Amino acid sequence: MSEIAERLKSIIRPENQVYKKSSVLNDVTMHYCPGCSHGVVHKLIADVIEELGIQDQTIGVSPVGCAVFAYNYIDIDWSEAAHGRAPAVATGIKRIMPEKTVFTYQGDGDLAAIGTAETMHAVNRGENIVMIFINNAIYGMTGGQMAPTTLLGQVTSTTPYGRNVDLNGYPLKITELIAQLPGAAYVTRQSVHTAGAVRKARKAIKKAFELSQKNIGTCFVEVVSTCNSGWKMTPVESNDWMVKQMFPLFPLGDLKDGGKEATEPFQMKG
Amino acid sequence: MAKVIGAVVVDAEVCKGCNLCVVSCPTQTLGLNRDVNSKGYHYSYMENPESCIGCSNCSSVCPDSCITVYRLKVE
Repeated sequence: MSEIAERLKSIIRPENQVYKKSSVLNDVTMHYCPGCSHGVVHKLIADVIEELGIQDQTIGVSPVGCAVFAYNYIDIDWSEAAHGRAPAVATGIKRIMPEKTVFTYQGDGDLAAIGTAETMHAVNRGENIVMIFINNAIYGMTGGQMAPTTLLGQVTSTTPYGRNVDLNGYPLKITELIAQLPGAAYVTRQSVHTAGAVRKARKAIKKAFELSQKNIGTCFVEVVSTCNSGWKMTPVESNDWMVKQMFPLFPLGDLKDGGKEATEPFQMKG
Repeated sequence: MAKVIGAVVVDAEVCKGCNLCVVSCPTQTLGLNRDVNSKGYHYSYMENPESCIGCSNCSSVCPDSCITVYRLKVE
């Protein structure tokens, strides 16, 4: 036993450290459920802000939803918007302070339901903001009701027999809609269920923040996420469910990469 | 060939025992502790400390950023 303790002592030294919590994250425990993807995305945003050295120049706009308390966790300037209106608030902030990096952080109930109009028009205007979209196919905060992105047949508290197309319509693939708008500069869909996916998502968020500083249009990063409480599964089961059920409808990859000048019709890659 | 050895330190009070780090570990180093922290969660810990290679997979998928990773090359 002492041999192992000795060995650990030799490894656990500051010079051998390869990963630690970002200094941009506040030292508080997040209120999210165990295994929630929000925590991973918060961490990635904080990592990217730290790496780019823009902690003083970044303003976030938090949504209504589980991520409403994002301002408690990431140590930057924040504004809280009315439900769905984060892109409108971010537009105002960016136009008053064009030198700042402005991003919104929204869930699917906020961005794809009540805020669809604000989202579409902000992107269509080509506002130079970053939009981070957490898509977990359910209203997580209010108890797992059907969201626009809920899959057909998915059981939620408001669709106890599964989502029915005649009654509830089709799942909304809003990222595909966004990618068709000429104001979008970079539109991508990522996930954070494995270490490899987390690395890709981090790269995408970093690219979005860098492009946003060049003011070439709206950067939109969708993160296909889990809501294990809303889906009534364990975190590991919900990751498997997401891979099996959500990825066929929401395939990962870049949907648009370029500037807002591009007017060519959107072509799906991958 | 240089061998890589690693170790992780889990902040037991912040860990919520979601098990994501355990399934992401390629060397089965991590496990959930039988003990619980003050919130009642079975926090993650190094079950097999000698197998850790410091790959940082666990810290990448950790939603609560409670894992710090150390890595050392030995000849």
